[in-house]
Amino acid sequence: MISATDLRLTFGKGTPLENPALRGMSLTVNQGEFVTVIGSNGAGKSTFLNALAGEVMVDSGKIIVDNTDVTKLPTHKRAASVARVFQDPLAGTCEGLSIEENLSLAIKRGQRRGLTSAVKKEYMERFRESLSSLKLGLENRLGDKMGLLSGGQRQAVSLLMASLTPSAILLLDEHTAALDPKTAAFVLELTTRIIEEQKLTALMVTHSMKQALEVGDRTVMLHQGQVVFDIEGEDRKGLEVKDLLGLFEKQRGLEVDDDSLLLG
Amino acid sequence: MLSEIALYGAIETGLIYGLVAFGIYLSFRVLDFPDLTVDGSFPLGAAVAAMLIIAGWNPWLATGAAILAGMAAGAVTAILNVKLNILNLLASILTMIALYSVNLRIMGRPNVALLTEETVLTPWYDLNLAYHQVPVLLFIIVVLVSLFLLWRFMKSETGLAMRATGANARMARAQGIATGGMIILGVALSNGLVGLAGALFAQSQGAADVTMGVGVIVIGLASLIGGEAVITPNSVIKALIACVVGAIIYRLAIAFALNADFLGLQAQDLNLITAVLVTLAIVLPGVRTSVAARFTRKKA
Repeated sequence: MISATDLRLTFGKGTPLENPALRGMSLTVNQGEFVTVIGSNGAGKSTFLNALAGEVMVDSGKIIVDNTDVTKLPTHKRAASVARVFQDPLAGTCEGLSIEENLSLAIKRGQRRGLTSAVKKEYMERFRESLSSLKLGLENRLGDKMGLLSGGQRQAVSLLMASLTPSAILLLDEHTAALDPKTAAFVLELTTRIIEEQKLTALMVTHSMKQALEVGDRTVMLHQGQVVFDIEGEDRKGLEVKDLLGLFEKQRGLEVDDDSLLLG
Repeated sequence: MLSEIALYGAIETGLIYGLVAFGIYLSFRVLDFPDLTVDGSFPLGAAVAAMLIIAGWNPWLATGAAILAGMAAGAVTAILNVKLNILNLLASILTMIALYSVNLRIMGRPNVALLTEETVLTPWYDLNLAYHQVPVLLFIIVVLVSLFLLWRFMKSETGLAMRATGANARMARAQGIATGGMIILGVALSNGLVGLAGALFAQSQGAADVTMGVGVIVIGLASLIGGEAVITPNSVIKALIACVVGAIIYRLAIAFALNADFLGLQAQDLNLITAVLVTLAIVLPGVRTSVAARFTRKKA
């Protein structure tokens, strides 16, 4: 379970570029829930995810992960409970390291690292098994450098890495946005499969309203650093993009003029 | 041509600079941390080892202390960078400058002679070997042991975390790696190796001198880049071997250049030769690929 209460964060405070990114954001994600997050550019989606991960520190508010207050903890101290897949396929893996080295890094996420060999024989069966579930033939390329893989392959491996060890929450930051449509569909399908199989708690930020409604079991829309609506269950079923836009306009009393919201 | 003694001398110094190149590989390549502390930690290692040997310490213990001193110097640089947010290059320059005073304080004078003292080399002269072969033999052992330990470390969980820190810090943090701690550990290890090199250099040359660190960074870089031009560093073990090979090639190239009478070069031209060699080492691999590309284009 993860809960964020009244998060506030302003970038560049006291400068002409002052930008309030989070203005009292509150959200609670229950165990086993798969929440999709939408919002236009600058709505605070990425900042919210970065705040949950610890990459940025909030000015005020509280973040609780599995009954622990992590508000003041840096990223690496939250890593045991927070897994992450980035938007940039190059960001989630190390291209200079081999596939097995990347996976070995991830299997120790949030745990103490010692002086024993990092790539252990006992990991191999598990690595091969998970890689073969991707059906990309990567199970036979464990020793290959990550840099040899395509963006889609790397993103798929990033997903595997994020799910190798249990976490309280999996954060997906527009992780299909930088991929071509076919690869994006593959990675999204893989995402839902992994989340279902392992019963993960996940928060997926997406640019596409369509995607936000298609996957997951709850959708949250952010606007100007706040949650403007939050739908789940029966209300969410059968909802279409245009309904979502209608909801948004009703909530805010304004016209949606951001084309990016309509795309997809 | 090169005399046998000059040849062995070049290999001996090459092996010592191989240790420096290990250190520079750790900072520049693994951590992507341009660290100039080495110009100070090399004479620091020499000064600490020399003074402790004169004080009657066992030379190996004195050498161990030199490693620790080097590590402390590296840790200072890394802490200036990680904790106080000083730009890495600048942090290392600050430590390097400070070490000049520290080294003078340690020795109490600009140089200290070790000629009559017992060093790590002394027992080895009892072996039935020519005088100039002894340091080469001992340093080969030291370099091989360091290479093995460093290789195993880079393959360990902590070592892998360190490599990830340098390659992709954001990803490393997301995996729960304390990247700041890794930088401190890595730069400390790097300068520990350089301190070891300084300690061995002082013992084989018979003196520690406060100016002996000038340009160590350039020589180390020359070794690293030169080695990478000869051996493609596509794995840790190859990268480490490249460091040693590069350092020896570099020293041999210098020895040949100084010995070739027709070139008319003298000892004071050393820095100029170094600069030319480093430039060649950086440029040549690119030339090689462009020449290769031209040939493949013709074929196609």
